[in-house]
Amino acid sequence: MADILENTAVGELKEYIVSRVGDEQYGIDISYVDNIVRMQNITRVPKTQSYFIGVINLRGEIIPVMDLRKKLELDENELTSATRIIIIKPEQSALLGLLVDEVREVVSLSVDEIEDVQHDSNGEYNMYVTGVGKYKDTLISLINVAGIIDD
Amino acid sequence: MDLSQYLEIFIDETKEHLQTLNDQVLIMEQDPNNSDTVNEIFRAAHSLKGMAGTMGFKRMQRLTHDMENVFSEIRNGKISVTPDIVDIVFKCLDALEGYLANIQDSADEGTEDNEEIINLLNAALDGSGSTAPSLPEDEGIVIAKETPAASEESANSSAPAANGDKAKFHEIGLADFEVKAMKDAVANGMHVYGATVYIQETCILKAARAFLVFKGIESIGEVAKSEPSVQDIEDERFDFDFSVFVISEKEIAEVEKVMANVSEIQEVVIEEIDPDKAKIAQPDAKADESEAEEPEVKAETAEPEHAAAAPAAKKEPAEKKHADAKKKPVVNRSVRVDIEKLDDLMNLVSELIIAKNGLVSVSANEAGNHNQQFNEQIEYLERITTNLHESVMKVRMVPIESVVNRFPRMIRDISKKLNKEMELIMTGEETELDRTVIDEIGDPLMHMLRNAADHGLENTLDRIKLGKPRVGTIRLDAYQDGNNVTIEVSDDGKGVDAEKVKASAVKKGAITEEQAEKMSDKEAIDLLFRPAFSTAEKVSDLSGRGVGLDVVKSKIEGLGGDVEVSTVLGEGTTFTVRLPLTLAIIQALMVDIREEKYAIPLSSIVTVEDIPSSEVKLVQNKEVINLRGNVIPLVRLSEELDFEPLEEEPESLVVVIVKKGDKQAGLVIDNLIGQQEIVIKPLGKYIYIHKMFSGATILGDGEVALILDTNTLL
Repeated sequence: MADILENTAVGELKEYIVSRVGDEQYGIDISYVDNIVRMQNITRVPKTQSYFIGVINLRGEIIPVMDLRKKLELDENELTSATRIIIIKPEQSALLGLLVDEVREVVSLSVDEIEDVQHDSNGEYNMYVTGVGKYKDTLISLINVAGIIDD
Repeated sequence: MDLSQYLEIFIDETKEHLQTLNDQVLIMEQDPNNSDTVNEIFRAAHSLKGMAGTMGFKRMQRLTHDMENVFSEIRNGKISVTPDIVDIVFKCLDALEGYLANIQDSADEGTEDNEEIINLLNAALDGSGSTAPSLPEDEGIVIAKETPAASEESANSSAPAANGDKAKFHEIGLADFEVKAMKDAVANGMHVYGATVYIQETCILKAARAFLVFKGIESIGEVAKSEPSVQDIEDERFDFDFSVFVISEKEIAEVEKVMANVSEIQEVVIEEIDPDKAKIAQPDAKADESEAEEPEVKAETAEPEHAAAAPAAKKEPAEKKHADAKKKPVVNRSVRVDIEKLDDLMNLVSELIIAKNGLVSVSANEAGNHNQQFNEQIEYLERITTNLHESVMKVRMVPIESVVNRFPRMIRDISKKLNKEMELIMTGEETELDRTVIDEIGDPLMHMLRNAADHGLENTLDRIKLGKPRVGTIRLDAYQDGNNVTIEVSDDGKGVDAEKVKASAVKKGAITEEQAEKMSDKEAIDLLFRPAFSTAEKVSDLSGRGVGLDVVKSKIEGLGGDVEVSTVLGEGTTFTVRLPLTLAIIQALMVDIREEKYAIPLSSIVTVEDIPSSEVKLVQNKEVINLRGNVIPLVRLSEELDFEPLEEEPESLVVVIVKKGDKQAGLVIDNLIGQQEIVIKPLGKYIYIHKMFSGATILGDGEVALILDTNTLL
């Protein structure tokens, strides 16, 4: 109780779904998340953007699935039994699936636990990440949902 | 009082009335002596005024009122239909549409008084009686030459109404049985009164007031007849007055009091009536005016037992009323349904079909494991879902009339503006299309019609020189053609000059001169559909800004249709638009390409052929096959879909022959799966979809298959 009071005093708490992509941890603002589903049959869509691996059928709705590894320009990896598709809802009545290697946990971060690192060490602007959250001893890159759907 | 709940109905009905007015005024312009048309116009204007008044749209009411006055004078034969008056009326209709648009946006009519139009209308009224100025023939409009017979007839029928007589009940024709009932009442010592009740023009709930009057009458006697009918009064289909015949044992003063006591009643004109003289009792005030017709009427009613003859004199209007009454129930059998509810219903049907497909595929996988009965039930289910789909689809179908009915008016306006004589002939307005298509098709059609009127047709002078009929013809023909609806927009104008198009394209840098030389005429004319392309030498505000046919094309393609143009120089141009009957569910052929499944819409498939690989020939380095004398280019779908070529060519190829217009192509696939009813689904927002796919569908096993748009492969 005291913790919460303290936390709200220092800043608004936000919840993030933390997932593993490659060797890194990425957080997605939970307010965007609609659902998390297991890996399933994905229909390839020829001639589309390379980071879209295809479309899936979720309860009668067809949803495009983006491979976060490819989007974030990480090395390719095998699909495993831990692979999940996080279904996010960036806008009303539009869904998007994000393929991640593993979904770990839900964490609460307050504003002062997040560091604005939109510019990386090389000074390059990273539009896919809004900041880095520090949780226990791991660093979580927070995904900029507007950024990944932008192009 | 909160009238917002009626606003939607008001808007819908106002639209209908305005459309009727537009249509009928056009007819009146051509045929000014058609009394049916004038009556129809009058009725629509009258209802419009009443509705506007009820909803408290005072400006709109005033404008309609003045317009109605003009119609009333036309009906009475006091003014004749001239092109000037038609122009004023159209201006007035446009202004009313302006009010309606405001009301639709903001539930308020706005502040535009349209004084100018009201003045014009009143000026037209003042000029009543003067003969129509004769117009030069090249105006292309039939001038109102009143035949003596017509003016006499209309003067006879409505002169009493126009002379300001307030006891309108004298004009009401009574049926035989009504006269008899009155006579019986008199014989029983009762009184029969005729009364005309005037409601204050500021009254908002006319029908409610009228209802109270009726209720009052019923407390002391009974209503033998009312004009308009009780039903019409309940529906507010009356002006600010109505007439009744009352049978009561009370004295006249008491009856009058009961009626006049209802608030917002301005005046009650009441008289005792002798049913024996029901038809002939003319008030003194107008006796002299009606002298001419009196002998005739008297002759008919001289003997009371011939009372039946009286209704006969009124036979014509009575018959018309009868016809109306017959029409009404048909209208009332329909229900207004929110479009969203229909969309929901369609979505549910789509889900049902997907679920059904799932069941079918499960049963197919477990072949042998279940009995005959199970199969029968599955087939039964398939039949039901297909019928259900068809029914829901039909509910969503709207006749294209609702879009095309504004075009005659548009063509008339263009004709006046450009000073070209032209007429629009439309057929097949009853052809039905899915409402999503209907919503989108209006603009492209309008554009093509404008094109035809502006660029297609020559000037009247040129036409005469060319020996063509002076009046240019634009046609809009719609018809159903299998699973498609075809709409043709054609004109008998000058046609498109392919060389001119090429020259213009070269000038604009759209193509090079070499390309232009190689181009066939047909290819050149297809250039018209390129963006920013217009051959019009001068830009008018009708068309020719170069934003046109490309938008038309993309819009129609967006609806899953296509558009083609064919032209004969000097004889005219025809645009052919083909549209799918429905967008959501189609019959498709499922095929395998390598390990993936794709759907090809059945409507674009001609045949499926087995072609030995040895028969594939190379022409200009492109693969073709010779099919029964036709040379058809081959499209290897596996290549189009980015598969690696097979190391070894199979001995024979499965080729699906598809068509687009008169073009054909052979799509090479690996395996046929079969025909299936599929539900077209969008592919989501963020993913880029190549135009070779028109969507995706969910198969029976829950997997997603892409739908190939074969038009883009041709």
